[in-house]
Amino acid sequence: MEEVLGRFKGSRGELIGILQAVQERLGYLPERAMLRIARFTKVPESQVFGVSSFYAQFRFKPVGRRRVMVCQGTACHVRGGAKILDEIEKRLKIRPGGTTPDLEYSLDTVACIGACALAPTIMINKDTFGRLTQKKVGDIFGGTPEKGGE
Amino acid sequence: METVTLTIDGMEVRTQKGASILEAALARGIYIPHLCHHPDLGPFGACRLCLVDVNGRMLLACYTPVAEGMKVSTETGALASIRKMTMMLLLNDHPSDCTVCSKDSKCDLQKVSAHLGITKADLAILRPARRENPVDTSNPFFDRDLAKCILCGICVRTCDEIQGAGAIDFGFRGSKTTIATLWDRPLAESNCESCGECLVRCPVGALVPKGAKEPSREVRTTCPYCGVGCQFFLGMRGNEVVSSRGYRGSPVNHGELCAKGRFGHSFVNHKSRITKPLIRKDGKLVKTSWEEALTHVATRLAGYKGDAFAALCSAKCTNEDNYVIQKLARAVMGTNNIDHCARLCHAPSVAGLAQSFGSGAMTNSIEDLLETKCFLAIGTNTTSAHPVIGLRIRKAVRNGAKLIVANPREIELCRISDMFLRQRPGTDVALLSGLARIILDEGLEDREFIAQRTENFDEFRKSLEAFDTATVERITGVPAEELRHAARMYATVKPAALLYSMGITQHSHGTDNVLACGNLAMLTGNLGKPGAGVNPLRGQNNVQGSCDMGGLPNVFPGYQRVDSAEARLKFEKAWGVALPSKPGLTLTEIFDGAINKAIKAVYLVGENPVLSDPDAHHVEKGIKSLEFLVVQDLFLTETAEMADVVLPATSFAEKDGTFTNTERRVQRVRRAIEPLGRPDWLVTCQIAKAMGAKGFDFQDPAGIMAEVASLAPQYGGVTYDRLEGPAGLQWPCPSKDHPGTPILHTAKFNTPSGKGKFVPLGYIPPKELPDDEYPFLLTTGRSLYHFHTGTMTRKSDGLNVLHPREFLEIGPEDAGRLGISDGERIVVSSRRGKVEATAKVTAASPPGVVFMTFHFAESRTNLLTSPHLDPVAKIPEAKVCAVKVEKA
Ligand code: SF4
Ligand code: SF4
Ligand code: SF4
Ligand code: FES
Ligand code: FES
Repeated sequence: MEEVLGRFKGSRGELIGILQAVQERLGYLPERAMLRIARFTKVPESQVFGVSSFYAQFRFKPVGRRRVMVCQGTACHVRGGAKILDEIEKRLKIRPGGTTPDLEYSLDTVACIGACALAPTIMINKDTFGRLTQKKVGDIFGGTPEKGGE
Repeated sequence: METVTLTIDGMEVRTQKGASILEAALARGIYIPHLCHHPDLGPFGACRLCLVDVNGRMLLACYTPVAEGMKVSTETGALASIRKMTMMLLLNDHPSDCTVCSKDSKCDLQKVSAHLGITKADLAILRPARRENPVDTSNPFFDRDLAKCILCGICVRTCDEIQGAGAIDFGFRGSKTTIATLWDRPLAESNCESCGECLVRCPVGALVPKGAKEPSREVRTTCPYCGVGCQFFLGMRGNEVVSSRGYRGSPVNHGELCAKGRFGHSFVNHKSRITKPLIRKDGKLVKTSWEEALTHVATRLAGYKGDAFAALCSAKCTNEDNYVIQKLARAVMGTNNIDHCARLCHAPSVAGLAQSFGSGAMTNSIEDLLETKCFLAIGTNTTSAHPVIGLRIRKAVRNGAKLIVANPREIELCRISDMFLRQRPGTDVALLSGLARIILDEGLEDREFIAQRTENFDEFRKSLEAFDTATVERITGVPAEELRHAARMYATVKPAALLYSMGITQHSHGTDNVLACGNLAMLTGNLGKPGAGVNPLRGQNNVQGSCDMGGLPNVFPGYQRVDSAEARLKFEKAWGVALPSKPGLTLTEIFDGAINKAIKAVYLVGENPVLSDPDAHHVEKGIKSLEFLVVQDLFLTETAEMADVVLPATSFAEKDGTFTNTERRVQRVRRAIEPLGRPDWLVTCQIAKAMGAKGFDFQDPAGIMAEVASLAPQYGGVTYDRLEGPAGLQWPCPSKDHPGTPILHTAKFNTPSGKGKFVPLGYIPPKELPDDEYPFLLTTGRSLYHFHTGTMTRKSDGLNVLHPREFLEIGPEDAGRLGISDGERIVVSSRRGKVEATAKVTAASPPGVVFMTFHFAESRTNLLTSPHLDPVAKIPEAKVCAVKVEKA
């Protein structure tokens, strides 16, 4: 953290750059980091949070070892992307933006990952999985979907 | 003032250049709907309701500055429909429970909606898309119901631009946008200072006071808490104090208030107020009549005339109260044994500044601070102890002023400071002299000022030889580079104001510290000019006044020395009695005297020394050794419980009088409700009269002030009539036609020679330093939410929620080494005693240093502190003592 800050002067204008650099290093923006950034830039902590919560790129929770990105682009949507997302949510018991407590998975939605031919698709870290069905999702993630879960 | 003429709706309007169209229109009485504009804040342009037509273009009236010849129409068909649409979108989000909203009939949303003629039919086509936000009730004084928030941003900008706290901001985005603290936590868990400035500006019912009661009448008066002396309208219903509203006309606070001044008044009507005199019978305090109590006190006191008696007056009481108490001690009891808690905070300021400049008070005015270009804030946690002065510093810094904070602890102001010098506690003389030495070495001193306005410079210069930068770095722990940088900043950015408080005075060498401040300011010529000066921030509301009134053992009212034959003659003539010439005992000596039986009787008004004074065991022992103790207070304090007679006093809300704030401004205190006890001045006069004394037949406090004016030259021109104005009067005000003095020493100093006096100093380490057995340095201070020993603030439920217990602040490394975690109960002990407290692990405390406040009866911090006295001012060294910390 201190090493990342060392690359900046600590001016207000650098705030977004600092937030990005810190997120790159830590994977997300924990509260401690935000407090430190607030002190470093002399920007009130509420404003540091205000800015970072405005931009979708910033994460406030740690990322899992496997980052699941579920495509909700047009092609995937047409071919049941929403059901796939639903199924994954049930199996991992988290919502988009969340991370499993064991830090194994985190879940996000994305718009088109450029593999429309394979729709509906998801990516786990760098690997793409296509032509998904609820069953295939089960094979990938294991676990049993809870009836009437979320 | 440059003016611009434009036409609004065909009317010619002349206005100030730089004003916005909206301001010009409103000033002319032309209403343009608006929700996000607030006269105290910069333009924002969020609500888009203020659209007007300017020469055929649609522009935001709040954002567009006026221009010569501009033609503005506030109503056109197009404008009306756009405004209506905007308004409907706002209403779509807004709950419609107006009748049960406490903002009903005062709500700007209602006002605009009515102006635009929104009908029920319009609302019927809405598809309510309400945000779900649970009401944040965490703050003890007001609730936040963000479902009603219209996102005007007024609170965000207030918190940023006016309060400078930055506790809230817009968070998230799109339809999720809301006003959020860090991590969108409840307000009470953020760095919100509970000032309530946002609350008073919110245009709708999103921010509303808890249990709000509208007052049925209001009285303008002075805040009873700190030395800032903010002015407000106290609101009453019947005999109950229900509200307080800042007075915008006051040069002190311009309508702003801190949490204590805005919300801290429930102590006035607190159920534990004593209303009947108490007298000790068979070892127990029992209720009695005023008659009996006063006769008893008068009879007993008659037996202790002379130096066996001592009076302790009060920095909480009015000038008039204090004047009659010291008159009783001197003229009736025949002793100069009178003192008060100023001894514990600013006696060194009075002694030190009198030596340097001839006058022991803040040299400049609070308003002046906005002109300051560089602040050196040493030993003052201004935003906590003097919140509204803290706002002036924040504002000046926003406008580009430099701020140097010198403090062992990382205080709030460090967030906005340019430099933070973290000197070891008790090394201030070395720090200040080190800065002076660098300034001289680099030739940055103000030679002209030194030559013309000061004396004793050469001796001073010689004394600085001991303070070379390497030595100073070693003593203070502040790196040489930072010392140099700070010295240059203070010497070259002018005007520079030096502010200090108890971090400077509460030391065994407190007077030296004050002298070092004086030296540094003279060296750079920062005296007698706006925005400069040496500014001790006085703690209690009337600590300045109680010193002015002669509540000190060595001076009569107006700082006229009791050992001067001339002064004595003047007072003997005025009072018609012979007066003692020997200076009396100080507060600390009075308790010593009690223990060795030299002092036998004490009359104590509005103080609670068992809690407030260092080395409390000693004080308690002193009090127990007395033959006769009379306590006059609002509550049965820890000290009052030991008294022989307790007399119920009255709070600021129940009596007339004056307080003198830290900038020497005499201001009125006005009776707002029926007294629950008797006004203090009256009680004292009744005791004196029962003893057969003459000269206590005052009809009212105005009569007392007239006598003060005739005897204390600084108050010569002060009358109640003149105090009716919005600003009061700043002393010296020697005559009825004198306007008062905002800045001292503009042409000459108050010393006999008229010159400022440099005083050579040496560094003396604190008397008690950490050792193997007591490895930590304990330093004490106060919290934003409490005041002094808490007799008032701790009777306010809300203030107790914000700071419910005594904390010991300890740095993370030290806590880690001792295995202490945040929130754990711990025991702190010194050579004199031990107390329990809750650990608060925070980086604000540097390694080896721990911090406590002294507001709590359960954890009596002052059982620990050191009794070592400053040799001149006899102030105890409350700021430094050695302790050990263990798990409870
Ligand atoms: S809480 Fe009040 S002042 Fe703040 S943005 Fe909402 S409506 Fe405006
Ligand atoms: S009460 Fe004061 S500090 Fe707290 S949010 Fe409102 S303006 Fe900011
Ligand atoms: S700053 Fe001091 S005088 Fe002003 S409201 Fe607060 S406590 Fe009262
Ligand atoms: S829409 Fe899903 S990959 Fe293109
Ligand atoms: S008042 Fe102009 S946009 Fe709100």
